[in-house]
Amino acid sequence: MGDSPRRGHSIAAQGGLNAAKNYANDGDSILRLFHDTIKGGDFRAREANVYRLAMLSNNIMDQCVAQGVPFARDYAGYLENRSFGGAQVSRTFYARGLTGQQLLLGACGALSLQIKAGTVTLHPRKEMLDLVVIDGEAKGITVRDMVTGEINGFAADAVCLCTGGYSNIFYLSTNAMSSNVTAAYRAFKKGAFFANPCLTQIHPTCIPVSGGRQSKLTLMSESLRNDGRIWAPKNKGDRRAPVEIPESERDYFLERMYPAYGNLAPRDIASRAVKAICDNGFGAGGGTGVYLDFADTIKRAGRDKIRERYGNLFEMYEKITGENAYKQPMRIYPAPHYAMGGLWVDYNLQSSIPGLFVLGEANFSDHGANRLGASALMQGLADGYFIIPHTIAGYLAETAPGKVNAEHSEFKKSGDDAESYIKKLLSVNGRKTASEFHRELGRILWDNVGMVRSGEGLKKALQLIPPLRAEFRQNVKITGSGNELNQELERAGRIADFLEFGELMARDALHRRESCGAHFRIEYQTQDGGARRDDENFCYTAAWEFKGADREPELHKEPLKFENAELAVRSYK
Amino acid sequence: MNLTLFIWRQKRPDEKGRLERHEAKDISPEMSFLEMLDAVNEELVKNGNETIVFDHDCREGICGSCSQVINGVPHGHREKTTVCQLHMRHFKDGDIIYIEPLRAKAFPVIKDLIVDRGALDRIIQSGGYISVHTGGVPDANAILIPKEDADTAMDAAECIGCGACVAACPNGSAMLFTASKITHLAMLPQGRIESARRVCMMTESMMNEGFGSCGNHYECQAACPKGIKVQFIAKLNREFLKAVFKTYTPF
Repeated sequence: MGDSPRRGHSIAAQGGLNAAKNYANDGDSILRLFHDTIKGGDFRAREANVYRLAMLSNNIMDQCVAQGVPFARDYAGYLENRSFGGAQVSRTFYARGLTGQQLLLGACGALSLQIKAGTVTLHPRKEMLDLVVIDGEAKGITVRDMVTGEINGFAADAVCLCTGGYSNIFYLSTNAMSSNVTAAYRAFKKGAFFANPCLTQIHPTCIPVSGGRQSKLTLMSESLRNDGRIWAPKNKGDRRAPVEIPESERDYFLERMYPAYGNLAPRDIASRAVKAICDNGFGAGGGTGVYLDFADTIKRAGRDKIRERYGNLFEMYEKITGENAYKQPMRIYPAPHYAMGGLWVDYNLQSSIPGLFVLGEANFSDHGANRLGASALMQGLADGYFIIPHTIAGYLAETAPGKVNAEHSEFKKSGDDAESYIKKLLSVNGRKTASEFHRELGRILWDNVGMVRSGEGLKKALQLIPPLRAEFRQNVKITGSGNELNQELERAGRIADFLEFGELMARDALHRRESCGAHFRIEYQTQDGGARRDDENFCYTAAWEFKGADREPELHKEPLKFENAELAVRSYK
Repeated sequence: MNLTLFIWRQKRPDEKGRLERHEAKDISPEMSFLEMLDAVNEELVKNGNETIVFDHDCREGICGSCSQVINGVPHGHREKTTVCQLHMRHFKDGDIIYIEPLRAKAFPVIKDLIVDRGALDRIIQSGGYISVHTGGVPDANAILIPKEDADTAMDAAECIGCGACVAACPNGSAMLFTASKITHLAMLPQGRIESARRVCMMTESMMNEGFGSCGNHYECQAACPKGIKVQFIAKLNREFLKAVFKTYTPF
């Protein structure tokens, strides 16, 4: 979609890549990574997928090293590890705070090799607007050339969507600006089931919002929790500078609440703890945010060690906040980061439409109700490098190659639909910008479908979204035309999809009358404020089927069977 | 704060461009430079005008989409900072700011502040990788790499491919970009195997794409938002000489 595959990430993961290598000799194994991931996802992931993922983690690591990804090494030349949340072993491999970028460049190198060999043709600056389904099978896509505005069909034997997650629906998130739900949502409208749309991850350690015109939030890697301690003032509304607050008046609340995992509690749990602290008035400087403090490690290991491990993150923090985190603690607050939900896929990563395969964050399969740190890179690469080459072959073996071409009437219809849709958007000529609608939608979702949800709030969201969407259709203002590079038009098209998809998210969250992982319903909690699952009634994947623009989607349930992992109450104490 | 902007507007690659005056009003110091442009664009839309288009994506300095020259300097005057990471606290009320696209023969303007940097991708495609297929590779720890070498490889691999080095160079050279990939891979044992071939292919591609040669101005290093060092260009030249005289006959 962008100008280059080297920028093809929906987000540049910072911290690392999990692999069950057990190089650290701390008792890691494939089974342990499997258990950690299942438990981290609060038993809402498909067991078989997770086991396969854990097995492939080691192959991924081997492949990336062979590609020349410059992972951190120790003085003997061996690979280094660090720890991530939800695990008590050290299994995360990393390339400074740039692991995602480096893995992307490794993959981009492998792609470049194929481009040179002539086996892959790249089409930069194109946006998918529709999936073309012929006789019930995915046979191509309709795209808009983002430079000329030309709309074209691309016929294929099969279609793979690797279009990332939809956290940008919240307006402010850690995702790259062009991440969106459009490709996945339009496939949903063509019949692909959407699974668990309400399961979105709010990451605990991000730089807090600074002003009303902010366009995105920046993550501070979970890896920082290896060496940073999270605390808040013990006294309500303490407005003193953090360095002036004595040790005895600091509450290291994660260490207090979850002594076994401490600062490395999983993301959903840490986020809620931070929110509770701030909601109760104990936030940093009396506001929203808590401290992530490196003073102890700097004292123990020295500033240089911290710089070597996280230098680029400290620089990034200083650029954004103007504060030096070597001298004073970082201020952090949770922010939308990752979508565990996505298009429903079977074990072969095939969606409910034969011939449509969905990979990476765009699918739903492996992280259940909460993804553990350093597992997104693992899943994306497992899907792309090791799963799809095998599973797509099964489909291709059953279909005649070159069955359709782009002259087929379905392509023409799809192209015409896309064209008239764009014309309609451009002709509204109202008074509000697309971004204004996006901000309003984001606010509704953040307040009601965010870190903490309630039946009441979700119903409210379901009441608020349709009128906002109706207003968008009558009052959005887009300047420029359809046959040129028009970023306002691109934005409006994506926000229009968010305005529909937001409702699906709220509907899914409302129907799931339990708490699990990142989906926390205040009505369903344990006595000490933990998530209370209802395995009897909700131990399933919710896969929604589109039934028409004005009709409610239909819910399909895929029961989750656990044959190897034992369904248990998730505890990190 | 209120600012006066002179922004490059160009409808199409073959059309003549010009600097257009815009006013940015009520800009707060914590906004990023791109957020300031977002605000200007929203005003433009409200008044029925076309927006100023610019490439951007991650907004955290890692994707390399930013392609703006601010007051004559690619990515602006702050050291080791991409446009998206440049914050308005470094400007003051009443400032006049000139915003142009990256300028280089090999980067044709597509529209306004967006340029086509496909030439950089084609340099990579010519050989900027290890030719390994997926699967059938040895265990990750079977390849030992001295820490110092891995660190140097990482220093070079940090390049985000934004092209600021090219725009900053009086010769429009992509030597720093190319050298960073050459160095990254040449420092690693698994990358050394193809290093002679790689350096010849990439150098040839670089010349064919219309980039100039290095004249040791070091403007590239000064403009690089990731602090990539010109020493890597020396490494590129050394690798090239070794390849020419020893193992590989270039073009």
